[in-house]
Amino acid sequence: MRHLEAFLAGAWELVVGDDWRSAVGVVLALALTAVLATTSIAAWWVMPVAVALLLCISIRRAARDGSHAPEPPS
Amino acid sequence: MNGPEIGLAVSVFLACTVEAVEALTIVLAVGTTRSWSSAMSGVGAAAVALAAIVAALGPALTALPIDLLRVLVGGLLLIFGLQWLRKAILRAAGLKAKHDEQQIFEEERRAAAAAGKAAGFDGYTFTIAFKGVLLEGLELAFIVLTFGANQHRVALAAAAAGLAVLLVVLGGVAARAPLARVPENTMKFAVGVMLSSFGMFWGTEGAGAGWPGGDAALLVIVPLVLAAAIALVRAVPRTDTPSETARIGA
Repeated sequence: MRHLEAFLAGAWELVVGDDWRSAVGVVLALALTAVLATTSIAAWWVMPVAVALLLCISIRRAARDGSHAPEPPS
Repeated sequence: MNGPEIGLAVSVFLACTVEAVEALTIVLAVGTTRSWSSAMSGVGAAAVALAAIVAALGPALTALPIDLLRVLVGGLLLIFGLQWLRKAILRAAGLKAKHDEQQIFEEERRAAAAAGKAAGFDGYTFTIAFKGVLLEGLELAFIVLTFGANQHRVALAAAAAGLAVLLVVLGGVAARAPLARVPENTMKFAVGVMLSSFGMFWGTEGAGAGWPGGDAALLVIVPLVLAAAIALVRAVPRTDTPSETARIGA
């Protein structure tokens, strides 16, 4: 059980890292794309818009939180 | 090779070069300070573990239906790529410390020298080399698997990764020092752009939407993501001198 938890924690850290909100945003944007794709409305624009917004929000949050102390490399 | 395959090869090559440079620094530090034989044992064990992961997961991924594969792997690749791109933008804006291989090498060497030394096989050296190569290699394996599986070209992705690792190892052997002159931070920026672009492209297709122009849309997506990332670097208030990436964008 401990090994499984360690594996899942490692996988989470590898893929998602320290910004889970962006991961949730990507999942929601993919879901919206899938829903729109079943209609007559074009759906290809959803992901570019979502990525632009998520990146802006993520960078803005990081800049606000860490503007006085640069984070260590990772 | 078609456009997406060239993109695959270039992305995997750049990502693998960066990760291999980081792993090389750790191995060099413990190898030169303590024991080359134990360091190489650690490298060998990690390489076997990584090869097993790719060999096991590669065929399993490619067996999935293409739409499920694309939405699943495209989504994961996009989440992973956004993480790379976010860090690269923060580095370029001076909000995150840049990778400095020489500094990391010195720190690893000090730690290796300070650790107690055992007679014969050196467990410390083996463990540090194994963990360093495995952890850096897992990112490589993820990129090789996601890019390769999506285009059913795992062998091409693995070949690009192998070439990158070979060149870095040869460079390390020739220099006998960490490859501090590799423009690592700029390469990470480029990799973040490529991972995010391909993840967005495949995720959208997997979700059932078609891109205008099909595969040719990548020729627009990649430059747009790059332009957006450079714009963000410029928009974020800087806390130090302009970086390599910012200068490229200038």
